[in-house]
Amino acid sequence: MSLTRTFKPGGRHGLPSSESRDPIGFAVAALNRVAQSELLDRMRLRKPAEQAVYTATRSGFKAIGAASRTFEKRGKRGAAGVRVPSADGRGIFDLTPTEDEQMLVDVVTEFATDVVRPAAAAADDECAAPKELLESSLEIGLPILGVPESLGGVSEARSAMAGTLVAEALAKGDLGLAVATLAPGAVATALSLWGTDEQQQTYLPAFTGSDVPAAALALSEPTVLFDALSPATTATRRDGGFVLNGVKSLVPRGAEAELFVVGAELEGKPVLFLVESSAEGLHIEADPAMGVRAAGLTKLKLKDVKVPAEAVLGETDGSTYTECVRLSRLAWCALAVGTAQAVLDYVTPYVNERHAFGEPISHRQAVAFMVADIAIELQSMRLVTYKAASRAAQGLDYSREVALARRLCADKGMKIGNDGVQLLGGHGFVKEHPVERWYRDLRAIGLAEGAVLV
Amino acid sequence: MINLETPKKHRALIEQAHQTAANMLRPISRKYDAAEHEYPKELDMLAAMIDGLSESGAAEGAGAAGVRRDENGGDDGKVKNGANLASVLSVAEMCWGDTGLMLTMPRQGLGNSAIASVATEEQLKRFQGTWAAMAITEPSFGSDSAAITTTAKLDGDHYVLNGEKIFVTSGERADSVVVWATLDKSLGRAAIKSFVVEKGTPGMKVERLEHKLGIRASDTAVILFTDCRVPAENLLGSPEIDVKQGFAGAMATFDNTRPLVAAMAVGTARASLDLTRELLAKAGVEVDYDRPAQVQSAAAAKFLQMEADWEAAQLLMMQSAWMADNRKPNSLEASMAKAKAGRVGSDITLSCVELCGTLGYSEGELLEKWARDSKILDIFEGTQQIQQLIVARRVLGLTSGELK
Repeated sequence: MSLTRTFKPGGRHGLPSSESRDPIGFAVAALNRVAQSELLDRMRLRKPAEQAVYTATRSGFKAIGAASRTFEKRGKRGAAGVRVPSADGRGIFDLTPTEDEQMLVDVVTEFATDVVRPAAAAADDECAAPKELLESSLEIGLPILGVPESLGGVSEARSAMAGTLVAEALAKGDLGLAVATLAPGAVATALSLWGTDEQQQTYLPAFTGSDVPAAALALSEPTVLFDALSPATTATRRDGGFVLNGVKSLVPRGAEAELFVVGAELEGKPVLFLVESSAEGLHIEADPAMGVRAAGLTKLKLKDVKVPAEAVLGETDGSTYTECVRLSRLAWCALAVGTAQAVLDYVTPYVNERHAFGEPISHRQAVAFMVADIAIELQSMRLVTYKAASRAAQGLDYSREVALARRLCADKGMKIGNDGVQLLGGHGFVKEHPVERWYRDLRAIGLAEGAVLV
Repeated sequence: MINLETPKKHRALIEQAHQTAANMLRPISRKYDAAEHEYPKELDMLAAMIDGLSESGAAEGAGAAGVRRDENGGDDGKVKNGANLASVLSVAEMCWGDTGLMLTMPRQGLGNSAIASVATEEQLKRFQGTWAAMAITEPSFGSDSAAITTTAKLDGDHYVLNGEKIFVTSGERADSVVVWATLDKSLGRAAIKSFVVEKGTPGMKVERLEHKLGIRASDTAVILFTDCRVPAENLLGSPEIDVKQGFAGAMATFDNTRPLVAAMAVGTARASLDLTRELLAKAGVEVDYDRPAQVQSAAAAKFLQMEADWEAAQLLMMQSAWMADNRKPNSLEASMAKAKAGRVGSDITLSCVELCGTLGYSEGELLEKWARDSKILDIFEGTQQIQQLIVARRVLGLTSGELK
């Protein structure tokens, strides 16, 4: 049986198990074995350039969670935390950001242009954000955007709109680095929105201080047809607390994170749990992906991880969790808008300068109409996303609007990423230009859950 | 502050338009689709009601004439939700009822928008209350408006018009027609002017009415002009041939009418979505906004995609009208809105027929009618491809000579 299994190529290397080999297939497979043999190398038969270069990250590391600081318990257990009020809409259709929002966008845009974009290619390569970049992201206050003023943050009212504008502006620099820099803020915002007095007093001072911990909102799971509302990760009540089991994926900066917000099913309902990285049974595994690589993506494995009763963040009836999923999707939409804008801004001068058949390629409708459609669909994505964000900020029901924004940003965002590469032709396929990175990054939209939050 | 909700001040007007659409247009929708070229007499009473609303101020200046940009109103720095936004929102609502009937609504013609866009104050007063159709297209050209061959020659205090116009919406029913003609073909686009020609003017003849795929309640006329003498003061705007300004004057009309056509597509598509949602629900398919599309049925997934596209079209439409209300140049946004709404209108109405099977295909429902009505909205006032050209030129910074 084992022999027939080795003859059958399926079930590995991305081949479906129904796959079978014909004689040529066997020959090719055999040749491949020879090609992989170390004998070639010992006999110095292989060109040095052919040797596979594996980065430390690609080969994967396995580690227990980062050594965590001690989050000293403070505040009143079970007492409601501080909440900011909703924004007041005044009932006027308006696309103008407030002065505060505009100021924020200007600062973040400068950061994205001067710091993020130049660092993007290397960070993508290394699967990590540079330390200095992360430090300067703290200086411009990214983690405390959604934290109430009275708790040391900057938020006077619900900041979903500001958060959306900031995420968009950051992603114009780079989506992967945007996720890396926004990850701690996602946890801080979650604590601000749903934390008890004790949870806020225990954890938020770390985020509003100078030594901000890495932290991650872990909602995704590595399963086909993953439905965020039905996580396979479980929480069971034991000894007055909970025991968590399961695997979370797409966890940004998991290796250094000191605090996680983990989604798990408790008694049939999805619930959020605060898990410190020092918890026993918690393992982090590098899980680099097609894109969003600068965010240092990891898998978070939870095996009989014990958390206390007060680790529950928000309600246990699924309502907090559902809102968290929606706000996270909103953030991903904002990231898609920013990245798609980067594509448009990049291809516009390119098609005007690139000549073929004696004139700029932009003089051809086949090229020009692609650019026109990028512009049209980009503005579509932006408006639908803003509508959802503005409803969230005003405390209106935004479940429909967020779903529509996600659908549109997934479809049109990916099309824009695809067309961005197409417009540059072969040049779009090589790493000399950033469009191939945006192509990889934009594939995350529509499948990504968690990691970011507005 | 960013807010994309329907303006509070327009909600009553929109509700009124909705009630009219549901209770007046829908009941006669199929009747006039079947009886093409028959005048929908029910609309006279409706038009009178709309006039009454306009005079009472309850209409917020909405309607075909609502596109005029008030140059005198002081800019107090406050964000405005005005007549442009009110117009697109109420037009969308009426087209949710029936686009063909909306297009043949007395005094709400595209010619009225043209007059509102370029007329002088004196002309605006003189033509108040007229129902004006618009005549641009000729047998030899469609999108290429600069290729106009209809001529206007000054003879004393009259212009003499000669030429043939086709695709004139409400060409037979309207009181007057706004005709585009050239003063001097050799001077190109700059010499193209529009003239208000009143019905019954000698030399103007409605040759025939077209039989069409959709919007059959609205008549589409072929009009011949043979030595048709029009008073010189009926030339809209300035008679000067300003070569520098070129086509811009005439084209300004389109900045104002394109959001309206986008609104028609938005309204028609929503009619299809609303009914399809209900029919799907009866068949046990409910769209879940929180679950991923791929774990729902294919019908629900398609519905989500359509609704997302629809939402985008509606917001682009609102954006272009909002910019006009706040006196921001909006020709790029108007073209984006029309391009998106036009193609989405076709996709949604056609896909809804497919989702509903023979039920949707049959004349027993209105879904098949909406799928026919929507097609023209991706064509008139500038086809999909013309909108893409305009957007591309603007985004890429190219002239019409560079990007042909």
